[in-house]
Amino acid sequence: MLSYVLHRMALSVVVLFGLLVATFFIIHLVPGDPVTIVLAGHGTPQAIAETRHELWLDRPLLEQFWLYLSHTLQGQFGTAFTLNASVGELIGQRVAPSAIMIGYGILWALVIGVPLAVIAALRPNGIVDNAIRLGTTFTFAMASFWLGLMLALLLGLELHIFPVSGYETGLSGILKTMTLPALTLGLGLAAVVVRTLRSSLLEVLSSEYIDAARSRGLSEVRVVGKHAMRNALMNTITILSVNVGFLIGGTFVLEQVFQIPGVGSLLLQGVQKRDYQLVQALALLSGTAVVLAGLAADILQAWLDPRVRLARR
Amino acid sequence: MSTVEAFTTPEPAELAVPRRRRMSGLRGQPLPVKIGGAILALMALLALLAPVIAPYGQNELDFNNLLSGPSLTHFFGTDESGRDIFSRTLYALRVDLAIVVFVTYIPLPIGVLVGAIAGYFGGWVDAVISRVTDVMIAFPFFVLVIAVIAIVGPGVKGMLIGVPIAAWALYARLARSEMLVLREQQFMLATTALGYSRRRAIFRHAVPNLLRSALIYSTIDMVVNLLLLASLAYLGLGAQPPNAELGSIINEGQSSLLSAWWVATLPGLVIVLFGIAAGLVGDGLSDGRRR
Repeated sequence: MLSYVLHRMALSVVVLFGLLVATFFIIHLVPGDPVTIVLAGHGTPQAIAETRHELWLDRPLLEQFWLYLSHTLQGQFGTAFTLNASVGELIGQRVAPSAIMIGYGILWALVIGVPLAVIAALRPNGIVDNAIRLGTTFTFAMASFWLGLMLALLLGLELHIFPVSGYETGLSGILKTMTLPALTLGLGLAAVVVRTLRSSLLEVLSSEYIDAARSRGLSEVRVVGKHAMRNALMNTITILSVNVGFLIGGTFVLEQVFQIPGVGSLLLQGVQKRDYQLVQALALLSGTAVVLAGLAADILQAWLDPRVRLARR
Repeated sequence: MSTVEAFTTPEPAELAVPRRRRMSGLRGQPLPVKIGGAILALMALLALLAPVIAPYGQNELDFNNLLSGPSLTHFFGTDESGRDIFSRTLYALRVDLAIVVFVTYIPLPIGVLVGAIAGYFGGWVDAVISRVTDVMIAFPFFVLVIAVIAIVGPGVKGMLIGVPIAAWALYARLARSEMLVLREQQFMLATTALGYSRRRAIFRHAVPNLLRSALIYSTIDMVVNLLLLASLAYLGLGAQPPNAELGSIINEGQSSLLSAWWVATLPGLVIVLFGIAAGLVGDGLSDGRRR
């Protein structure tokens, strides 16, 4: 177990370093440099030169990368030069709503997706199964922001169950303002959960140990709910972790639909003002979140399933 | 038949796609593939012919018909400037489909080739390529494209650059894992035994077998790319006004959602239709392979 975990962690460190390199070069491979492009026409040549100096852009490329690397590793993401504030602080103020939306969204996806997958897998190719599969194709094909607007129209503007915009803290505030965005996010993900879990359940249910459990006279609830589910959930955990990137993107867009002051609206602000330091830091953080989610999923799987840690050692 | 001829039979039966079926387009494919393919073809045709068949110009104003509902003269209704939503949707579809096809099918061959090389050679080549793919896949595409837009400015350029930078990695990962299986097959071992160059073994014998999975996956990828493109346009980071994109039409309709539901709803349904059609094709093709 330990050697497997260490091996996976070492790979993640390599990938994280790659992310640092990629985020650095995406900005620097552009002809010209960001400050000159952004401030051209707005600032005096002297102001541009000062900003360039503050952002180390007047130094050799390798030295710039070294400075970027060492500062980032110390948790210093620099100053957002158009907003004149520390990037780290800006992100810190905005991270909670986005994280809540992702967590709450995953919860919705599981609450909706797991029962549907079980129902579909118990009677494969029946009417209910086909209806569920068609439904998931629908929700998968919907643009999240469009689905959000439709739900806002139906549950917010017509039925007045939820407010259609804004953000409030505290449990009741979160339940009031975040349910609609999280449900939107969760419905898209639920399609993925249903498809993965249904096919792994079908595979598991046809295996011999399930026949053995049934022949011992165990109840169907116990066979499916405990014996089959435990193995079938493995793939779903991996798929959920792979989709963290998709969730981050979805959250960022939905924050605009529902006017939630999260990281996504900060990112949009950064893009509109072309504040590349802010965008760079957010790209790095999103990538890091995806890598860490993958690592967590792998470790969780190895812990739950001895075959994983023994096979890949 | 001599032994050599037996070895040169290019593909083993269980992997080979019957040539007839590969060439004949929709004929002989499962029903969902036919239905999905027909819808996709129709949408592509409508988009292509938008300037000919659109009843109105995409920015033609009609102040006598502000926010009028769907009718025979305006299939999808009009927006608050009296622009015909159906015509705008057709023009938007034209822009969006062209971009989606570009950002899906430019990275595909590159990814397949890179993945084939990683899987074929193994060792440090594989290790390096796999880590680079991991890095590219770790970026949420949405954030990556936004980072590119932060540099090149709003417009479709960000999407055209940002997606291919990373999208090849998905195909590379897929092709690599298939190549690991493929290279142990008799016909691939035979290419080595016969002394074929590595280039010939990879290009002529491995890649054609890897393309099918990549093409099946590309149907999902197209949907994901269309959704990404629509999201960017919704945020105002896509094609700049007055040019329409599906996402920007939906955005314009958001403010009049309660009084004129059709402006935001109908272009969104067009996206859903595209997604369902592509899903039918993808599902059907992968079911067909399992049979």
